[in-house]
Amino acid sequence: MLAKRIIPCLDIKDGRTVKGTNFVNLRDAGDPVELGAVYAEQGADELVFLDITATVDNRKTLVDLVRNVARNVNIPFTVGGGISSVADVSALLNAGADKVSVNSSAVRNPALINELALQFGSQCIIVAIDTRFVGGEHIVHTHGGRKPTDFRTIQWAKEVEDRGAGEILLTSMDTDGTKAGFANILTSEISDNSSIPIIASGGAGSMEHFYDVFTDGKADAGLAASIFHFKEIDIIELKKYLKEKGISIRL
Amino acid sequence: MKTVIIKYNAGNVQSVMYALDRLGVNYLWTDDENEICSADKVIFPGVGEASTAMAYLKEKGLDKVIPGLKQPVLGTCVGMQLMCKHSEENNTDCMGIFDINVKRFDSSSFKVPHVGWNNIYNFKSELTAGLTEQSYMYFVHSYYAELSDYTIAECDYVQPFSAMLHKDNFYAAQFHAEISGKEGAAILNNFLRL
Repeated sequence: MLAKRIIPCLDIKDGRTVKGTNFVNLRDAGDPVELGAVYAEQGADELVFLDITATVDNRKTLVDLVRNVARNVNIPFTVGGGISSVADVSALLNAGADKVSVNSSAVRNPALINELALQFGSQCIIVAIDTRFVGGEHIVHTHGGRKPTDFRTIQWAKEVEDRGAGEILLTSMDTDGTKAGFANILTSEISDNSSIPIIASGGAGSMEHFYDVFTDGKADAGLAASIFHFKEIDIIELKKYLKEKGISIRL
Repeated sequence: MKTVIIKYNAGNVQSVMYALDRLGVNYLWTDDENEICSADKVIFPGVGEASTAMAYLKEKGLDKVIPGLKQPVLGTCVGMQLMCKHSEENNTDCMGIFDINVKRFDSSSFKVPHVGWNNIYNFKSELTAGLTEQSYMYFVHSYYAELSDYTIAECDYVQPFSAMLHKDNFYAAQFHAEISGKEGAAILNNFLRL
């Protein structure tokens, strides 16, 4: 049976992981390659590397990082942050990334999704959607959730699928950082409306929250950052817990 | 030992190369007939669309070279599908090494593509030696090879389908062994030791 996926997200700046971690066994907690390999070893199903600098100068650093991750990690990984062209995607995939994630650039230019899907195949194109509840509606935001757009989240999710996105990474800016649980109602509504997998992000604070997002939220994957980095939740323990609760999990 | 990865227009094979690096295996990435025919092991990877890939193989004459190979050959993902007789993906006639059809998953009640880790079972070959039944592998595909006498491992999504195939010196896997953790690496290693 297809397993629900647990995905740690690593924020990258200048080729280094940004948020601190308390992995005592790491030689270098800022080394994304080493951290990624540890997560893979612990049973993470995929990894997401999000480049938060994303300036032209840092692109080469990012490509070098992707090459190093691909050499050392034997599970699929996605790279996102500042990707806005076929050339960007080509460089990252050629360096060994399995998928890329686009966000603001797809909002600015939705045809980019079609172009990327045609060129590289839908399977490697994730569209990240940052959403916030404003004035009674779920509205797509950019710039880390600060800037509202004209797109309604549910319609935009359908549109990116129609344009060829292979998966949707849905981050609720309302729940992100709260540790109070994922945005299950919205996630479920989008999942019901789409035939591509939904990766839920934002709000994970406990193991129950993952159970809830896989059941109530109908998500195909759950993504989190700090709770894994700070070992508030251990991936192996989380997967055992979910399996005991009857969720299909790779252990 | 000489290992060749067949070079054609079917997407990104970088992760296959890195997986072989991790196994300490040297390889050549080539579309040269002599190099392919003289290899001890041939890997035929693939990510992409069937008809475009098939057209390229024909242009290079590889559609005749590959079925005539005598050494162990491992096709993966779209590579596996191109080794079958016909694919519903853009109604493509394929190489026909395995006399079976490739069909599109019914998306009426399941999400398509089939993306993620799924378990494989009913092992019937040396490629899965040392693996436990129900091991998880990473899949990304919208089309599947039907079950047949060639099936040496099954997977279940929408309905049971062929996760792996075998006939004579030809082996194939629908999943991406190269990014399927230790178990995927074990399958690649088993192939390289044939």
